[in-house]
Amino acid sequence: MRRVSKPVFFIIAVLILLFAVVSVTGVSTRYGDVKTVRINGIKEIRWGIDIRGGVDVTFTVPEGVDATDAQLESAAEVMRQRLLNLNITDYEVYTDNASDRVIVRFPWQADDTDFDAEAAIEELGETAVLTFRYGTAQDGDIILQGSNVTEAKAIYAPTDNTGSTYAWQVSLELDDEGAEAFATATAELSAENGQISIWMDDTCISAPSVSTTITGGSAVITGNFDSDSATALANKINAGALPFEIVTESYSTINATLGEGARDAMIISCIIAFVLICILMIAMYRLPGIIACLCLLGQICGTLAALTGFFPFISSFTLTIPGIAGIILAIGFGVDANVITAERIKEEIRSGKSIDGSIELGYKRAFSAIIDGNLTVIIVAIILMGTFGTSGSVFAKLLKPLMFMFPASSEGSIYSFGYTLLVGVICNFIFGVFASKYMLKSISGFKCFRKPTLYGGEKNAEK
Amino acid sequence: MLKNRNFDFIANRKKFFIITLVVVAVIILASIILKPNVSIDFKGGTIISYSYENKLDLKNVKNTAKDSLGKSVQISGKYDKTLGLDSFEIALASNESIDAKTQDALTEALNEQYPDNNISEVSTTTVNPTMGKQFFLKCLVAVLFTAVLMILYIGIRFRKIGGWSAGLTSVVALLHDSFMVFGAFVLFRMDIDDNFIAVILTILGYSINDTIVVYDRIRENKRLYAKKKDTVEIVNMSLNQSITRTLMTSITTILTMLVVVVVALITGTTSILSFAVPMIVGLTVGTYSSLLLAPNLWVLWQTRNKKKKKK
Repeated sequence: MRRVSKPVFFIIAVLILLFAVVSVTGVSTRYGDVKTVRINGIKEIRWGIDIRGGVDVTFTVPEGVDATDAQLESAAEVMRQRLLNLNITDYEVYTDNASDRVIVRFPWQADDTDFDAEAAIEELGETAVLTFRYGTAQDGDIILQGSNVTEAKAIYAPTDNTGSTYAWQVSLELDDEGAEAFATATAELSAENGQISIWMDDTCISAPSVSTTITGGSAVITGNFDSDSATALANKINAGALPFEIVTESYSTINATLGEGARDAMIISCIIAFVLICILMIAMYRLPGIIACLCLLGQICGTLAALTGFFPFISSFTLTIPGIAGIILAIGFGVDANVITAERIKEEIRSGKSIDGSIELGYKRAFSAIIDGNLTVIIVAIILMGTFGTSGSVFAKLLKPLMFMFPASSEGSIYSFGYTLLVGVICNFIFGVFASKYMLKSISGFKCFRKPTLYGGEKNAEK
Repeated sequence: MLKNRNFDFIANRKKFFIITLVVVAVIILASIILKPNVSIDFKGGTIISYSYENKLDLKNVKNTAKDSLGKSVQISGKYDKTLGLDSFEIALASNESIDAKTQDALTEALNEQYPDNNISEVSTTTVNPTMGKQFFLKCLVAVLFTAVLMILYIGIRFRKIGGWSAGLTSVVALLHDSFMVFGAFVLFRMDIDDNFIAVILTILGYSINDTIVVYDRIRENKRLYAKKKDTVEIVNMSLNQSITRTLMTSITTILTMLVVVVVALITGTTSILSFAVPMIVGLTVGTYSSLLLAPNLWVLWQTRNKKKKKK
């Protein structure tokens, strides 16, 4: 067996504990009265409507307008997509054909200062009609529209050919019709050195002059963007335009549908359950049990960190009951991976093998079961995220050949289940499979830990 | 724990199949008689908002509304920012909108019961289901696709033990589990809503993992003892070897859910029960199906095949 040096156990254990503490408490610096959160802790979790309450907005059409059922449904879908783009996975969007209303609910806590509910409502209600026009006037002839865009992306790229200055921009992939229109227009305009103006609703975002004919179906919007505003614009274009103008009819805050204490009850039960699992694991498996507990802690905190926005590249995520279900399932997989391995080690020890040999064989034999179980569930998680997430996501593109016959229909609660499950199972691989293996191999190098009983061997076999 | 295990999982096959069939029949009967409570998300229905003054216990209001309308409703508290008043809304799932008469009767009943709260109607909205037919069709395609992928994956990974049979029988076990969870929702008279989908998905994940662990052991033993033992012996041996692990994993998870139930009961947040209780049912049947149903079906398939070959 390849030896793992003794300090490895302590290094991994300390790293896991540190990670656990930081991901729970977060790191914030205080400068006078201003508190800046550097790393998001568990307090920054955005809980779902069912757990912490939210806002309820009724949108309706302006007087004199009659929206068709199909238009209303597509407006609702645009809103769902926009909510998901804001990483709000818990929402309810109801449509009422008779009175042309769209009711939108999403989670929001009264004391939440990081998240501006009113700005979010405004963003939801924006029509988001993107147009490219001849000249710089708002009534210039339309070259192409947001519906000609197949994909919009925020990019950080050079602004000219020399590559000397970089700026945030929104790059657009156009469909065939859009590409053709764009090529014709740029050919025409470059001849007379004219300008194109790009409009979002009534605002001119940018008005570049055209110097060459652009073929190939891609375009770039430059303007005064930073990373946030470029992403927001790209998201809006991807989510599509509302088919009509929309006004806010009423706005109210709603209490948690599960009742006030639901969140605390969930947290308390999670802690009690974790302690019970640890006791059980240690009682059953001794030393591998202790290591399993450490790994489970790492796995849970890793999953939480992916929800709070701990990692700079994953923004915070709404946690709902289905999301919690995903975490529980992933933890179940974590427990299971440890149980399978510990059982295997125990078996090998009882069949008379040496400690080192048993650990090596135990992990090796357990691995095929763990990988098959976990991979099947990863397949499920990816399908769920692709089916019920936003149409622009990687997962959705994977499933495009299958789901082409359906109009986009997002379902945040299922998406969040898939997300927490996927993250949890990945964490399980990191902690439950790899970290635990190195920890156990390392700790078994110590003389005081070389008794077979510590690995579940029978007492009388000690001789 | 469980030393010298030597249970015969296969000999009692007929009993297990009969038990399963009986339970399935009971659930089908129950869902015809009791009719599942499908929530407004799936069915569409009416949302009526009322504003009120002073304090009001919404749990009692729910009962009053239920008595007046004669069917189960969902209620939630709100604060109307446009009016600046406390309010609550009653949501009832139905295929058609309720008529004005019924609604007036409801408003009257509420005011009669709570005369000090000045309850008045703010708005009535008839909503379409958010998860309607399209949603179900999409779910169906997703489920079918997942099933095909699983059968393919298991078929390839477990080709040594007749991959197709392993894949198909584990998917049958999954169908069994989701049906049982549905039964739990019907029998406990719980709303079929987001929670229902969450529980079903979780149970499916658990159960497929359980089944795969069992099949993994069969695969390994088949490699080791293919010449010495027959299929039934190998399956029995594998189940006996993996039962401690299966039970340990199931017990820890069921324990977690039991803790949730106990804490929910103590703190009075009974709403979580509609998540935790069906979960316990699902975990239990999931363990049953992976230990008994799937391997037995697989043995049945394998032995039939062999008989055919001999002829």
